Amino acid sequence: MPVIYADNNATTAVDPQVFEAMRPYLTEFYGNPSSVHSFGSDVSHVIERAREQVAQCIGAQHTTEIVFTSCGTESDNTAIRSALASRKGRKRVITTRVEHPAVLTLARYLEREGYAVTYLAVDKQGRISLDELREEMNQDVAVVSIMAANNETGVLFPVEEAGKIAHEHDALFHTDAVQAIGKQQLDLASGAIDLLALSGHKIHAPKGVGALYIRRGRRFRPFMLGGHQERGRRGGTENVAGVVALGAAAELAAKYLDDEQTRVRAMRDRLEQGLLQIEDSRVNGDSENRLPGTTNISFRRVEGEAILLHLDRHGIAASSGSACTSGSLEPSHVLRAMGIPFDFAHGSVRLSLCRSNTERDVETILEVMPNIIGKLRDISPFKR
Amino acid sequence: MGWNYTEEVKEHFFNPKNVGRVENPNGIGEVGSVACGDALTLTFSVEEGTDIIKDVKFQTFGCGSAIASSSILTEMIKGKTLDEALKITNKDIADALGGLPPEKMHCSVMGREALEAAVANYRGEKIDTEEDEDEGRIVCYCFGVTEGKIRKLIAEDGLKTLEDVTNYTKAGGGCTSCQDDIQAVLDEIWGEQETQVKSPVKKPAMTNLQRIPLIQELLDNEVRPMLQKDGGDLELVDIDGTRVIIRMVGHCSGCKAAGLTSGWIQDKLQEIIDPDITLEVVEEVL
Repeated sequence: MPVIYADNNATTAVDPQVFEAMRPYLTEFYGNPSSVHSFGSDVSHVIERAREQVAQCIGAQHTTEIVFTSCGTESDNTAIRSALASRKGRKRVITTRVEHPAVLTLARYLEREGYAVTYLAVDKQGRISLDELREEMNQDVAVVSIMAANNETGVLFPVEEAGKIAHEHDALFHTDAVQAIGKQQLDLASGAIDLLALSGHKIHAPKGVGALYIRRGRRFRPFMLGGHQERGRRGGTENVAGVVALGAAAELAAKYLDDEQTRVRAMRDRLEQGLLQIEDSRVNGDSENRLPGTTNISFRRVEGEAILLHLDRHGIAASSGSACTSGSLEPSHVLRAMGIPFDFAHGSVRLSLCRSNTERDVETILEVMPNIIGKLRDISPFKR
Repeated sequence: MGWNYTEEVKEHFFNPKNVGRVENPNGIGEVGSVACGDALTLTFSVEEGTDIIKDVKFQTFGCGSAIASSSILTEMIKGKTLDEALKITNKDIADALGGLPPEKMHCSVMGREALEAAVANYRGEKIDTEEDEDEGRIVCYCFGVTEGKIRKLIAEDGLKTLEDVTNYTKAGGGCTSCQDDIQAVLDEIWGEQETQVKSPVKKPAMTNLQRIPLIQELLDNEVRPMLQKDGGDLELVDIDGTRVIIRMVGHCSGCKAAGLTSGWIQDKLQEIIDPDITLEVVEEVL
């Protein structure tokens, strides 16, 4: 059965062009860029080329502002640790309740190390309040870390404004932009963002490569200590093929940005409107300010994992914020922070489209979903 | 799916048996709630006199394993007398499904609870008032789990760790603020046993609880380093009285000298800890 992949916020397919770009660096030019011999050292040029591609995609002014890492999580950890080191003496961190675990788990760990962490609340639409951020800011805040777009709901955050507020108190501003890159252009030129994390596998590069943007002039402390790679900012032999792939994927992402904002958005809207025809359904998250391909929709009194199992049987891949899918017992921390009632939160499904989805995919999902929800409601004790 | 559900779970999830409500049921069991993420209503009609469950149906809101557990439960109890049906434990339900992921064991517990509730309803027992006394205080407010339920499952299913208790009862799986309380109950129960077993008979025979750490220590400090030198290892599967059950892994699994090795390990255990110890080696589970 052909797979209809509607889980692009989880990971994406490697674009064939990206794969072709990286292939020679696995098969033929496998040298170590740090080697003295030309077979290895020649490879270092393609890393610099990839750095340009990534810088261009995200709107960084200088290629030296990009450091390659192994993943988004490493980039987030590096960014926040580095920010804390460069604001020694300051003992507060501000983030949000709806961050990805890459930031949230670190934040909780920092609390154990003696930092005071403030988790900004979100409203029912999943939006933070910049006023709350202003109120929380003071000279003891070392770093503010706010995601550019939420992975579960797609809700966009006003990171440029948040960055300015952080700077008023000389704190550093970091954004986890893993979900936003290639879908929503950020403004790095304004200088409000000091640090930015991105990941390859969310933009059609393979898993195992990411990047960190560090605005020029900001002090940086490496996280991975080792060799002199990445100008001493990230030890460890370069993942050459992965870096080449990330570069190629970044270039494509920039090219497809319009497509995401128009065609993909239209498909998402069609999908969402169709699903909302099902009785007792609702969209989770600010529908005005969202990533173009993401919809998080809840079906009241139906359990999300059960929906996913049925979708899976139809060859449709999606995600859920229900408790049962994660192995935890409570619905996702994002939906709970938004105050989504339990009878909706347990029945949430996240569908995330990308440029390779088709209208046919959308129609197929719309064909099968009403029956799935109907079947599950039929066996439910809450049926009316 | 992240869960590797068995074929039995999938079959009962995709093609659930006995869905709905029995007409004019004389026993109804309702457990769970929307807030908890799963709920089950079991209805049956029992033949007066014989106590045989003639018809039974279920309605479930919940994940794949919740629906599958409910479905298979109806098949397991149909045609049985109430007393026979009550002998079915949550483990029996999970076993009939070919096993459930540990994190999903609470689904089988929900099935068992619905059955108890339906039987009590049929018999006119007011479980909720009478047992409330025994059930005692609520430990986990997120899922409304009482100390009584936690104690019951610790005893019935031999739950040893906080994680076990959460997997079976959900308690502690929400805000986590009650985890210390649950641990205290565990400590009390397993600590209690130790004193009960220890005090009355003062003879050199070791209790399980004394034996276990010694066995573990010996295996970890003396045996496993030897095996690891050869690229192998062992896992302690269980200690049941004087039966020590291990599994060979890595190069030790399927090794021609495995028999020799296990003989050597048994000798060491007998010599150093207890002459009654016997060693059993189970096959590596892939």
